[in-house]
Amino acid sequence: MVENPRIGVYICHCGINIAATVDVQKVTEFAATLPGVVVARNYLYMCSDPGQALIMQDIETEGLTGVVVASCSPRMHEPTFRGAAQQVGLNPYCLEMANIREQCSWVHSDRAKATEKAQWLVASVVAKVARLVPLESREVAVTPGALVIGGGVAGMMAALDIADAGFPVCLVEKTGCLGGRVAGLDRLFPAMEPVAELLSPLIERVRAHPRITLLLNSQVTGVEGYVGNFQVQVETAGHSAPLVLPVGVIIVATGYDLFDPRRKPELGYGQYPNVVTALELEHILARESADTALSSALRSIAFIQCVGSRDAQAGNPYCSRVCCMYTARQARQVKELRPNAEVTVFYMDVRTFGKGAEEFYDEARAKGVRYRRGNISEIYRRGERVVLLGEDTLQGRPFEFEADLVVLATGMEPRHDSAALSTLLKLPRSADGFFLELHPKLRPVDTAVDGVFLAGCCQGPKDIPDTIAQAKAAASSALIPLLRGRVPVEAATAVVDAEMCAGCGMCVEVCPYGAPGLDPLWGVSRVNAVLCKGCGACASACPSKAIRLQQFTPDQILAQVDALVG
Amino acid sequence: MKTQPLTEELELFGCIQCGKCTGGCPVARKTTLNIRSLIYHMLIEPELDLEAHPELWDCTSCFTCVVRCPKDVRPAELIIALRGQLVESGRVPDTVGAALMGIFRQGNPTGIAREDRTAWMDGLSVKPAQEGCELLYYVGCTPAYDLRAQPVARALVRAFTAAGLDFGTLGIEESCCGNEVRRMGEMGLFEMLVEENGALIRSVGASRVVTTSPHCFNTFKNEYGLDGIEVLHYTQLIAELLDQGRLAFSREVTKKVTYHDPCFLGKQNNIFEEPRAILKAIPGLELVEMDRNRERSLCCEGGGGRMWAEGTNLEQRLAFQRVHEAADTGAEILAVACPFCLMTLEDAVKVQGLEERLKVMDIMELVNLAL
Repeated sequence: MVENPRIGVYICHCGINIAATVDVQKVTEFAATLPGVVVARNYLYMCSDPGQALIMQDIETEGLTGVVVASCSPRMHEPTFRGAAQQVGLNPYCLEMANIREQCSWVHSDRAKATEKAQWLVASVVAKVARLVPLESREVAVTPGALVIGGGVAGMMAALDIADAGFPVCLVEKTGCLGGRVAGLDRLFPAMEPVAELLSPLIERVRAHPRITLLLNSQVTGVEGYVGNFQVQVETAGHSAPLVLPVGVIIVATGYDLFDPRRKPELGYGQYPNVVTALELEHILARESADTALSSALRSIAFIQCVGSRDAQAGNPYCSRVCCMYTARQARQVKELRPNAEVTVFYMDVRTFGKGAEEFYDEARAKGVRYRRGNISEIYRRGERVVLLGEDTLQGRPFEFEADLVVLATGMEPRHDSAALSTLLKLPRSADGFFLELHPKLRPVDTAVDGVFLAGCCQGPKDIPDTIAQAKAAASSALIPLLRGRVPVEAATAVVDAEMCAGCGMCVEVCPYGAPGLDPLWGVSRVNAVLCKGCGACASACPSKAIRLQQFTPDQILAQVDALVG
Repeated sequence: MKTQPLTEELELFGCIQCGKCTGGCPVARKTTLNIRSLIYHMLIEPELDLEAHPELWDCTSCFTCVVRCPKDVRPAELIIALRGQLVESGRVPDTVGAALMGIFRQGNPTGIAREDRTAWMDGLSVKPAQEGCELLYYVGCTPAYDLRAQPVARALVRAFTAAGLDFGTLGIEESCCGNEVRRMGEMGLFEMLVEENGALIRSVGASRVVTTSPHCFNTFKNEYGLDGIEVLHYTQLIAELLDQGRLAFSREVTKKVTYHDPCFLGKQNNIFEEPRAILKAIPGLELVEMDRNRERSLCCEGGGGRMWAEGTNLEQRLAFQRVHEAADTGAEILAVACPFCLMTLEDAVKVQGLEERLKVMDIMELVNLAL
């Protein structure tokens, strides 16, 4: 217990989010009676500038040693309030939050009971704050350099931005060439420009950039370290021993796999030569001789959307986001090439969300591409042609539609090797198998691993403009630690009492971050404070109670429990 | 009928009206049955007039719609549930009513006496499973009573005996499996059959059950909860015996054969290779495929109670189309692995005047020739 603690308690109304359910005045009056509390206030929005000013002023005039903010989840505003406290000289680790919104007002309706619960929650945190000790915020130096995994559009763009900002970048690409999936395409909507116009200058710049080291035919086989100080092992063609690259940040831009339509056997792909994937048609269209490659005898060409996307049977419930537009583009190209052929697109819903996309879809129809609503159920042979079985859901009538050529709009899937990379980097994946961003809206390129960022389709299907936007976002996020040159490390880490430690190694086993290790000389555990994330796994596993997690010490936790049950 | 309770129970909200179900429905091409449109009605209307939908009895429960639905809605289950409403209020076609009554009284849809269930095994030595056996052979109603299907059961007994298996049947205690009972919407009777048959099957103590029909196989495997007892269709067991060398062919069958995948074996239970493995193992036999095979096999229209309900549009039978597809391969024999397929397709061969060109045989009849 800190001697003579002087604690301030600040109850937030959160507009009506808290105040409508919790009697904030009553909670304030109750808080004022708690031991150690010298001031208790409530305010409409504590996170607002005037709200923070209230706290800062009290810290200075009342000489507070600890602060409790009773408001929302600490995930929301703990950094805000700790920052404010630090500005006026209070150690940020002496401020704690009581969550009376998510854990109280939002989930209860009985005002009297919710108010009572809010009081207990506040009392509990006050009891803990009375026992908090200041912790030292520390920083470590950042290795000035980045690793980018994947040489597609996303990886190249991210590498260029970081290199242009002045840092060395190592770009690792599995195959022997740059450009990724986009290199296999012919033209791009909406301007119908050839892919080379987009790709060639990018590739040239990457190859010529003095700060980009390009490793083709190479693969990341090991990653150690932490934000600012990664050691990446890369196996590269022509080198017998793997390279070890020290980098500060890592950008993952590994892309996607295409859905294999053989997994929809009812569509006859692989069985009938006139059922092809959109990529195969793209190769035909990309040939100099597209005019002859696409036989003029074709009378009916059908496009089928959502092959392997939005499909629980295929295990891909998500929309691949690009197929509607590439189908519209291909259908239009085919119609322009063969104006007398009937070009029909079978769809479930047409999704044209990008800039210029709806207009392009309008143009495709104006050029004579026919759209029919119905998810094709089956394809079989009829002479040289194939028959598409389906229902025109707008007419409400089943049909048999004969076609000479069928193009399947196959969707995107997580790369087959993404599980391996996920293990290497300890990178979580979402239910769909793509890499998981830290927050879908607020932190779209960050990951659960500090210093590792995502760009492009490895995070989820997206088109080229979105991929490039995300790549630039990943580069700019990765530049933050590189430019600062130092990164803060967790202060609330685990510490070992060497006198108590029996050297059993249990902590080494349970730690997911590799922070503790046994000192070979003394046979006791030492925690590397830079690697420690403060999760507490070692402290709870330690049979000798030799490990203490700062900010969550036994006396602090027991005081919280006592306040709740007392 | 109020739509909301069923809509919720069957979670129809998942439907995005893409049309894959009706698009692939073999019956929708020839009758007014449109399951996509029925689901839409359930989703947006408070009431459904069941009397206005006689085509509900057209569904063969081939489950193509269930297998292909991209949203995991189970469209055919709506038809079964709607039939259930009709059954509850007694509004069923007479022939369906008679079949259900036969099953209730005599344990088989024909209503022939239970005592005659073992007539097919005259002259064969088959042990009562009740004395204990490793393998329980569940014969099924059609192979037990129907003259056309009885040779299949006899051929199986011969094969099991040749392989030296310790097997037995339930004799006259065997009752209808209830697969079609559930699909005709008679849930009460189905549950009773599951309970009684399940207890009887467990009491034998066999580690495996083998069925003649993919329909019995389907319900035992997926709906009975026979934990710890392995359920097999005969094609799986025969293929296994051939593979292990416990069964070997000694005679040639020099015929060109095509194989029709039954819905309940193929689409619904993904057993595509074993029947083909058996056929390929028969010396001299040449197996040719129809264009629509495996997952795209065309339903013969015998399932889901359609053996006892004609449905609407009698003129255009799917089996007619199917036997032409078979004949077009140049095959002399259309092989099947289901007693319903055997009967519907054989009828179709006769009606379509293909008797000179095409013969319908069960795989076991071919095996019997080769043993």
